[in-house]
Amino acid sequence: MELSGLNNYLLLASVLFVIGVMGVLFRRNAIIVFACIELMLNAVNLLLVAFSSAHNDPGGQVMVFFIMAVAAAEVAVGLAILVMAYRNIKSVDISMLNNLKW
Amino acid sequence: MKNLIWLIPILPLAGFIINGIGNKALSRGVSGWLASLTVLGSFILSALAFNSLADSNAVISVDGYQWFSAGNFNLEFGFLIDHLSIVMLLVITGVGFLIHVYSIGYMSHEPDYARYFAYLNLFVFFMLLLVMGSSYVVMFVGWEGVGLCSYLLIGFWFKNQEYNAAARKAFIMNRIGDLGFLLGMFLILVNFGSLQYDTVFEAAKNMPSGAPVLTAIALLLFVGATGKSAQIPLYTWLPDAMAGPTPVSALIHAATMVTAGIYMIIRSNVLYVMAPFASQIVAVIGAVTAIFAALIAIKQNDIKKVLAYSTVSQLGYMFVALGVGAFSTALFHVVTHAFFKALLFLCAGSVIHGMGGEQDIRKMGGLKKSLPVTHFTFLIGTLAISGVPPFAGFFSKDEILAQTWIHNPLLFTVLAVTSVLTAVYMFRLYFVTFYGDFRGTHHQQENLHESPSSMTIPLMVLAVLATVGGFIGLPELFHGPHLLSEFLAPVTAYADAYISGSASHAFEMNMIIISIVVLALIIAFTRSYYVKRNNIPETDSQTEGFSLLLSNKFYVDEIYRAVVTRPMDVLSRFGYNWIEKGFIDRIVNSMGLLTNGTSGMLRLTQSGNIGFYLFAMVLGIVVLIALKLVI
Amino acid sequence: MSQIAFYTLSVLSVFSALMVVFSKRAVHSILYLIFCFFTIAGHYILLNAQFLAAVHVIVYAGAIMVLFLFVIMLLNLNNEKESHKSNILKFAAVVSAGLMLIILVAAFGSADELKLISAPEGQIGMVQMLGQTLYSKYLLPFEVSALLFLAAMVGATMIGKKETH
Repeated sequence: MELSGLNNYLLLASVLFVIGVMGVLFRRNAIIVFACIELMLNAVNLLLVAFSSAHNDPGGQVMVFFIMAVAAAEVAVGLAILVMAYRNIKSVDISMLNNLKW
Repeated sequence: MKNLIWLIPILPLAGFIINGIGNKALSRGVSGWLASLTVLGSFILSALAFNSLADSNAVISVDGYQWFSAGNFNLEFGFLIDHLSIVMLLVITGVGFLIHVYSIGYMSHEPDYARYFAYLNLFVFFMLLLVMGSSYVVMFVGWEGVGLCSYLLIGFWFKNQEYNAAARKAFIMNRIGDLGFLLGMFLILVNFGSLQYDTVFEAAKNMPSGAPVLTAIALLLFVGATGKSAQIPLYTWLPDAMAGPTPVSALIHAATMVTAGIYMIIRSNVLYVMAPFASQIVAVIGAVTAIFAALIAIKQNDIKKVLAYSTVSQLGYMFVALGVGAFSTALFHVVTHAFFKALLFLCAGSVIHGMGGEQDIRKMGGLKKSLPVTHFTFLIGTLAISGVPPFAGFFSKDEILAQTWIHNPLLFTVLAVTSVLTAVYMFRLYFVTFYGDFRGTHHQQENLHESPSSMTIPLMVLAVLATVGGFIGLPELFHGPHLLSEFLAPVTAYADAYISGSASHAFEMNMIIISIVVLALIIAFTRSYYVKRNNIPETDSQTEGFSLLLSNKFYVDEIYRAVVTRPMDVLSRFGYNWIEKGFIDRIVNSMGLLTNGTSGMLRLTQSGNIGFYLFAMVLGIVVLIALKLVI
Repeated sequence: MSQIAFYTLSVLSVFSALMVVFSKRAVHSILYLIFCFFTIAGHYILLNAQFLAAVHVIVYAGAIMVLFLFVIMLLNLNNEKESHKSNILKFAAVVSAGLMLIILVAAFGSADELKLISAPEGQIGMVQMLGQTLYSKYLLPFEVSALLFLAAMVGATMIGKKETH
């Protein structure tokens, strides 16, 4: 069976990535922002797998494993931070987290 | 002997280092005697060198290491001990040692004892370097070093602002002269390709007499000499330099440092012989300075100021001798002057010590009984400087007068008048200080005491030297050998061949008789005026007419202030207000303001709002990728 | 056949991604995201990376997303009202995202057209193949990632624990 061309995957991954970016900019709920970051990571994963198939090189797929590992760690720590923040300011609105100066 | 030459300057340097580092740690006795003994060591070594030089008649030259080289110019740091420098060495270390010993007593109440001796040792080191160097550069190193030490010692009591001002004045005046010296050195280097004495003089001998470049060199070097040896127009620092401790005045500002200019010109005698015009200038400046300073000295009431102006005047004598080509005569006067002027200064110091710091002769008087040793030695010094035979000053001064008579009767007249003036102001000083009634406070009278033996012994030694010192240069009339000029012959041979002639015996005989008669008259006159009729110098407000002009030193300081300092002030103020403040400061300040302003604006972007940061990040990524695409 | 599958999956994943961003409720967003991950797993299968697809479903949909849902439930964030965001900001967000898309597409446009390898020939997605690469060439990063997990575990525990005063 014929697979579609690499260009299609490039386009799809770009669109998914940009949607993730837009979500990060668009929403203020920190959990959704997190979810959008996951979306961006997955867009990149998809591209890596596509390239890996195109070049017949397992390295790309191995890299996806690592990204998954890092993403899992990141989510664990990130959500812990989020819970912590919620405990302190009773909100997950990132516009409330505006003490990031000095 | 040759192997030990380097020890001569190193010993005082070691004393300086030990005293300088162990400043507070050393006990007073140790630091004073250490400093004195290092100079004594140098004196003994110099005497040994003198012996070997007198025996073998061979110049001791020590090739040092190569200091630096640039292009085809090599500079050796070497020593040259010839007949000229050995005489200077003996005077510096000999008189220097006596003054060190004297200082132990004089400075005994001084808290900063070790610092004083460190400076004094450093001075001796540089002075030795100055006379021992085998090239103009080494001389210049010493020249600058003694200037520095002079500055440090004039401003020794640095808590007094006036003393600091005097120190700065001395330093700046010397700098002006040093500029001349430096330019002269550059000219020598450009024309002769070397700064070693022997090379330069050999080359100079082959040039035509009166060549413009030689005249220029000689004049520029003379500018340096006017600064260091306090001649018109750069003499005003020397009277102010009396702010330093009195032994310093004796050592630096009378006996040694101020004669560096004389030494330099004797050393360069070949150049001056080849430049007759420059020599004439030297003679004229010397004569004018001599009479000018002698006039001022007549109306000074500060015991040290009188001696300071007398020093300027005597230095003028030496320059006249140099100008008429009598180089060995000038050195003769340097030597005798070192003896009697150091003696006079040390006596003055002893008087000041006894009076508890008082320097005004109007508040002294009748000190003869309380200070017998000081009185007697001061009398000898006065007789010597006035030129009473057979004291030292008589021989050297008469020789200068005789040499001047041969070359220029006009200069001779000036010097003869100066000679009379010298006797007048010295005997005025002597009678006002030591005769009459005591005019100080009751407290001073009670505490009046003769100085300790560490001070009086150097006085006595110097008194003996001032008495017999003249016999190293007897005039031809007495058929004795002129030891000094014979000894110096190798150095001044070239000049002697060029400038010949000596005064007739009849003239010398007349001179001696006339001077004795005139001196007797002066002594009788001043004695009757100041002792019999008990005239004491009037207070400042009573002074008027010509004497007001004299006591204000011809207003030279004021004229300098109006002509040089004021315009400089105006110029500096203009530079400060307009160029510095209005231009440079404004550029620098606007730089700061610009940074402040832009960072103030950029600071607003640092809002702490994460949403905004995310926007900035995304836009930044977009821009980066776009750039990558475009390029 | 695979063309049709690709386009269907693509449309579904883009749609669910958009819904992640635009859903009002947090729980809906997360659920859409899980759906999106499933479509991406479908893409992996299309790309002949079966093992990766399985892992993706297990790790992302099974573990990470459950973590999200737990947090929402525990903090009771579902009805959290978002503070109103001005239209200008929303517009700016869409514009900058669109700008990024244009730039990315332009950048990828210069990439060469590469034929993707069809399923029977490509063996790289197989477990054996991946395992050999992972345990030989990428052994050190693999071990280091264990360290990363340890650190993440300790960190999450430390941050998340209640402060005792």
